[in-house]
Amino acid sequence: MTHLNAPAQGSPDLSMRIEYWRAYPALSSPDVRHYGQPVALVVATTFEQARAAANLVDVEYAGAPGCYDFAACQDQTYAPDALIYGAIPPDTSVGDFDAGFDSAPVRIDVRYSTPYELSQPMEPHACLVVPHGEDLIVHVSTQIVDAARSSIVRTLLIDPERIHIITPYVGGGFGSKLRIHAETILAALAARALRRPVKVALTRQQMFHLTGLRPTSSQRVRLGAQRDGRLVAIAHEVTMHTNPRSDFIEPTAATTRSLYAAPNRLTSHRLTPLDLPRGEDVRAPGEAPGMLVVESAMDELADALGMDPVELRIRNEPTVDPEQGLPFSDRQLVDCLREGARRFGWERRPATPASVREGQWLVGYGMAAGIRGHIQVPTTAQVRLAADGTAVVQTDMTDIGTGTYTVLTQVAADGLGLPPDQVRVELGRSEYPVSMGSGGSWGAANSSTAVHRACQALREKLVAAARNDVRSALHGLDPAGAKFSDGIVSIDGVSEALSEIVARNYPDGVAADGQTPAMRDDPNYADYSIHTYGAHFAEVGVDADTAEIRLRRMLGVFSVGRVLNAKTARSQLIGGMIWGAGAALEEDAVVDLRSGAFVTRDLAQYLVPVHADIPEVDAVVLDGYDGKANVLGAKGLGELGICGAGAAVANAVFNATGVRVRDFPITLEKVLPGLPPLDD
Amino acid sequence: MRSFTYERATDAQAAVAAVSRPGAKFISGGTNLLDLMKLDIEQPGHLVDISRLPLRDIEELPDGGLRIGAQATNSDVAADPRVRTRYPVLSQALVSGASGQLRNKASTGGNLLQRTRCPYFYDTAAGCNKRNPGSGCSAIGGFNRIHAILGASDSCIATHPSDMAVAMTALQARIELLDADQSVRRVVITDFYRLPGETPHIETVLRPGEMITSVVLPPPPPGRQLYRKVRDRASYEFALVSVAAIVSAGQETIDEARVAFGGVAHQPWRSVEAEAALTGRPATMATYRAAAEAAMRDAVGQGHNDFKIELAKRTLCRTLAQLAWGAEEAR
Repeated sequence: MTHLNAPAQGSPDLSMRIEYWRAYPALSSPDVRHYGQPVALVVATTFEQARAAANLVDVEYAGAPGCYDFAACQDQTYAPDALIYGAIPPDTSVGDFDAGFDSAPVRIDVRYSTPYELSQPMEPHACLVVPHGEDLIVHVSTQIVDAARSSIVRTLLIDPERIHIITPYVGGGFGSKLRIHAETILAALAARALRRPVKVALTRQQMFHLTGLRPTSSQRVRLGAQRDGRLVAIAHEVTMHTNPRSDFIEPTAATTRSLYAAPNRLTSHRLTPLDLPRGEDVRAPGEAPGMLVVESAMDELADALGMDPVELRIRNEPTVDPEQGLPFSDRQLVDCLREGARRFGWERRPATPASVREGQWLVGYGMAAGIRGHIQVPTTAQVRLAADGTAVVQTDMTDIGTGTYTVLTQVAADGLGLPPDQVRVELGRSEYPVSMGSGGSWGAANSSTAVHRACQALREKLVAAARNDVRSALHGLDPAGAKFSDGIVSIDGVSEALSEIVARNYPDGVAADGQTPAMRDDPNYADYSIHTYGAHFAEVGVDADTAEIRLRRMLGVFSVGRVLNAKTARSQLIGGMIWGAGAALEEDAVVDLRSGAFVTRDLAQYLVPVHADIPEVDAVVLDGYDGKANVLGAKGLGELGICGAGAAVANAVFNATGVRVRDFPITLEKVLPGLPPLDD
Repeated sequence: MRSFTYERATDAQAAVAAVSRPGAKFISGGTNLLDLMKLDIEQPGHLVDISRLPLRDIEELPDGGLRIGAQATNSDVAADPRVRTRYPVLSQALVSGASGQLRNKASTGGNLLQRTRCPYFYDTAAGCNKRNPGSGCSAIGGFNRIHAILGASDSCIATHPSDMAVAMTALQARIELLDADQSVRRVVITDFYRLPGETPHIETVLRPGEMITSVVLPPPPPGRQLYRKVRDRASYEFALVSVAAIVSAGQETIDEARVAFGGVAHQPWRSVEAEAALTGRPATMATYRAAAEAAMRDAVGQGHNDFKIELAKRTLCRTLAQLAWGAEEAR
């Protein structure tokens, strides 16, 4: 199939606020917009035949000049005319930044750059479409079932009832599976045309051009402070690459708006169009590159002030959200900083950079704060109790390796007073109640809240039924005192098995729905600034001769409200911290400026940390409960682990060497020129 | 992928006979060849599997050297007590390469013949004189951070990726070859590899059909040995620069030195210039600096890899200093 014979497809509706639901046509035009774009699909009966046949396809391209060099194309930079994600203003201004900055006795004015990065989950993007009559059964690796269905429907111009998504287990997404890509549309088009099952799986190399790409960025940060460290002015101005036809804006400066107090503030996002794959959400979109830079700049300020970096942050702790003026729902950043400093032994930090040497190693400590907004999105779930007292939870929520099955089992078991083995969780099918799946760290808290509400509704139904049932031991008792535990419902010391109430009143079982509202429908999200917080601490060794940087230990202390599952939370946070370390030191998708191709096109060339890079890493979560966020008091935490983690590593490199690298990742050739000469 | 036929050789003579047909290649551990076949870079029509040939032993030689069978795995060689005690530079180099799983599969002969990791060699849409002679070199003027600083040509600036071969170069290993006509010859490793010149697709002096049967390590040279690999992450990554050094120092001066670099050239790079600058000189940093300058006198960067010149100098100096201090382990 090529653009010559591919069926007519829908076009992306750019007015749709959240792009994951848009149409994504493939092979719809002879125009090639970027290197690596699919130009033909070859279908065969075996994988080997398909690969061999694809190798036989000769493609003739007509060349045209392209724009691939972010630095060289800065003259084309423009201001976006739309809100980021349809909700976040690209620019904000509070007070008079210029006047405040100019009046500050201590000023930092620095420009940092961050590279193109990719999510690269272990499981490559893949889709199997099985025709069933006029219907298509779509087995697809995706983070959001409803978005996958919507995109297929809008692209294939097909009745939504005809599309059935099945995705019970997903081998990682990190943002790159929030939306479907060419693999899904091509499989669906081919299956429909051939009336046979068709599977399309991207190779690792193809993923570098066909799945989510974090935009490269240039970020200017200006910090003006009093000599006591109090900030009087903060500016965070970001320029990133975008697509010439459809903007993608990463909210890189957005969380800076809620981080530190300062009367004069400025943030902005600017876009430079390049003929490269379009940017997409990559894990911790915005915060990952933004906090990396802002928290590095804060370290520069601490150094200029001669002040302890932890103390500098504590001194700038705001009492209300500094831009919105809203009270914080639950802000424990200072607790994270203090607890982290205590546990890490921060008092042993070398106050003077490049002052500690252990044999070959220059040793340094670094820290950074972390912040991330908690996001609430509409989520529905259904919980059904069978007559035998077992419960089934259904939602189209996904488990992308994050532990959704585990967490929702716990929540439902808690909510109904059942042992966990009496609860079955069913996820990842378009027939189930709609959620916004996994993404933005919203999955666990949002789906847990919906499941909890469904359980509450079930409890009310059951207690009401028992109260009105003369055959029940609980007949006539006050339902307000009902307790559900170990499969027993009890009121004032009188009890009855849950299964008996169900069996007697609902022989065919009983179900209830639960919902989590969108933020705009939940007044707490208008009345409070709802975030999660962290403090990162890192110790690195830098080889005094070769500038090889090796992480020695890392600690993160976090405040996330209530933790739903200590083990999965810790895994998520540690994974995020490792991601941050990789962003600081290794990850870099390099563009060949002659062709617009990514040169580093496999996991041998695009480096991420290996086990030997990651020594002792610990994540500690403070006890908490944020009742403003939701009834469970839980907030998203997956991406928080990244926020600031890389900056702690980068700041430790500075502390070890006295060399400040403002071009990420910090590879050895950037540090080498600043190292002392070889000693005798 | 392309169709190919496969046979398992029963003995060395049969193997070289079998590989004489057009388009045939040997396969052993497959840790490199299979990847390249999947990517359509190598396109053999016939594979002769030599992994089960009885060439896995490591034998003592009467002169005190060792003969390592070409099919001995990297793991087995690295762990061999004789290698570890008499040729520690080789054991260190081997364990610094790849991963445990790969070392369990990779053979000694295959390691010598592994192909460059130049990303343009891997990209069939890019020009690469090594992959497709006459198609140009996309690395020149492209992204060339990992590329050669010594011995490169206008046709190719690729590097040889092996760690093992760098240590073997310092040890002046001899490679034993069996030809299709059943004749046997020995080639010193420094004569085994070719610089790219205008024919970067011809990487060694191997004749068509010729097979590596073993690697002979001469008796260990006097002195201490050390392999130092500098890389972007702590494991599972090729060298930006590596140094294999063997230094024998008396009370006053260095009696004898062997120096080889990895990651800097189309082949493991023996630096006779550095060796000459060390021999007979006092074991001081000034001497090491002079040796490093001598070693890199002709080095030329390509832009992104300019740093390798200074990095190679510093790495050599530190490796030599560590040998002088008597540190068995570099780190």
